[in-house]
Amino acid sequence: MKVTIEQDRCIGTGQCVLAASSVFDQRDEDGIVVLLDDNPPADQADGVRRAAMVCPALAIRLAE
Amino acid sequence: MSTAAGPEIPDFPVARAPGCPFDPPPVWQALRNNAPVSKVRLWDGSTPWLVTRYADQRALLADPRVSVDSGRPGYPHLSPHGGGSNLGFLRMDDPEHSRLRRLVTAPFAVKRIEAMRPMVQKIVDDLVDGLLTGPKPVDLVEAFALPVPTLVISELLGVPYSDHQFFQENSTAVIRRTATMEERTAAGRNLGEYLGELVGRKLAEPRDDVLSELAARIKAGDLTHREATQIGVLLLIAGHETTANMIALGTVALMEHPNQLELLRRTDDPHVVATAVEELLRYLHITHNGMQRVAVDDIDIAGLTVHAGEGLLMLNEVGNRDPEAFPEAPDTLDITRDARHHIAFGFGVHQCLGQSLARMELQVVYSTLHRRIPTLRRAVGLDRIPFKHDAFIYGVHELPVTW
Ligand code: HEM
Ligand code: SF4
Repeated sequence: MKVTIEQDRCIGTGQCVLAASSVFDQRDEDGIVVLLDDNPPADQADGVRRAAMVCPALAIRLAE
Repeated sequence: MSTAAGPEIPDFPVARAPGCPFDPPPVWQALRNNAPVSKVRLWDGSTPWLVTRYADQRALLADPRVSVDSGRPGYPHLSPHGGGSNLGFLRMDDPEHSRLRRLVTAPFAVKRIEAMRPMVQKIVDDLVDGLLTGPKPVDLVEAFALPVPTLVISELLGVPYSDHQFFQENSTAVIRRTATMEERTAAGRNLGEYLGELVGRKLAEPRDDVLSELAARIKAGDLTHREATQIGVLLLIAGHETTANMIALGTVALMEHPNQLELLRRTDDPHVVATAVEELLRYLHITHNGMQRVAVDDIDIAGLTVHAGEGLLMLNEVGNRDPEAFPEAPDTLDITRDARHHIAFGFGVHQCLGQSLARMELQVVYSTLHRRIPTLRRAVGLDRIPFKHDAFIYGVHELPVTW
């Protein structure tokens, strides 16, 4: 699974962090998303899909 | 804009059905099945579109052709007295909205909110101690539901809690649907003056709090004093009234669902508590009037065209009961359900900034209150509890409890 993020769209809700904290984090200075792992292992797939689904800013893209 | 004024267009808003204080009005639930985007009539005779399906609400809330600017013609005003004028970037579109929101996003990041959990636990424990040593019956709203978020947001912003009477009264006036124009303007001005002065003090003597962070942004030239004040007012209003209503309404709902309450009381698994909080947010909906928007371009949705300049009401309480999104008994409270994709915090770029804080507070509250006072119960019948049908934010005015 390939993950990409668009920081320009992100509004810093942290929902992705709640869904998959080993894949997504938030920048200290402004709460904007950072990608920790752009090719997460299979056991993270559900959380990452969940993150993409709940992201209110449509800032997370997946290629499976 | 359509001027069709047939008697078949239903009035909006309407109160929830008698005896069903947790359910959206049946008339809107029926619309979701029959006419998911359809006209309703507001107090001023205007007829915006009511959007009731989960998928349509998400699509429109994330659509840049939809505006939150209450100054645009066609914007659906829910009362004759304005409203929303004190809500800062909540009523601004991008890019202005995004510029301001980003300046105050850091303190609401998941990790920083998690670091506040012990502080919130202490606040909740102290208030429960107070309940247990105080008289009963007691009004849980006054003695617990309001103080928890008020103390927390005061601490986070750096607002002296000793002023809480003042800012509670004024915030309530800003969001009361029945407040007059004069009352609302005066309350907004009072809060603005108060926070403006406080931001001034933080400029001179910064502390470790959000108003001081905003003051630093003023110094750096990122914000004007006025913008910082406006953000402070928005956070103060949004930060305590909402959570207070969720605490009280959630408590009433759990008492009406003893099996669910028992599940929650018996667990010390934070995951179970977190799941329960998401379901309570989905099921209860304190934002019972939905979210107001106006189309700035023609938009095709649900087989029809919403034209530029037409108002939109996204009734998220009905979207959150949509069987397409919550296939299993959506009208039932089930705290074991995975409800994380609910839209109780909205959707799109205006989705709640304080959601991680609200979640954490509710997790601490629901897991502590009922564990420490296992026999907590209503002191009056459900029919004697005054529900806030008349407020922008739903909840209960009063909740007499005993144990
Ligand atoms: C259970 C409690 C809460 C609920 C149900 C709730 C709900 C909402 C909803 C539905 C919106 C979107 C409004 C719209 O799109 O028109 C919103 C926005 C907002 N909320 Fe909350 N909220 C809660 C708690 C809080 C708290 C604790 C804070 C802050 C300390 C807060 C701050 C905000 C702010 C600043 C916005 C505007 C965001 C923007 O326009 O970008 N909320 N909230
Ligand atoms: S869920 Fe979306 S908007 Fe929220 S922090 Fe993650 S990427 Fe940003």
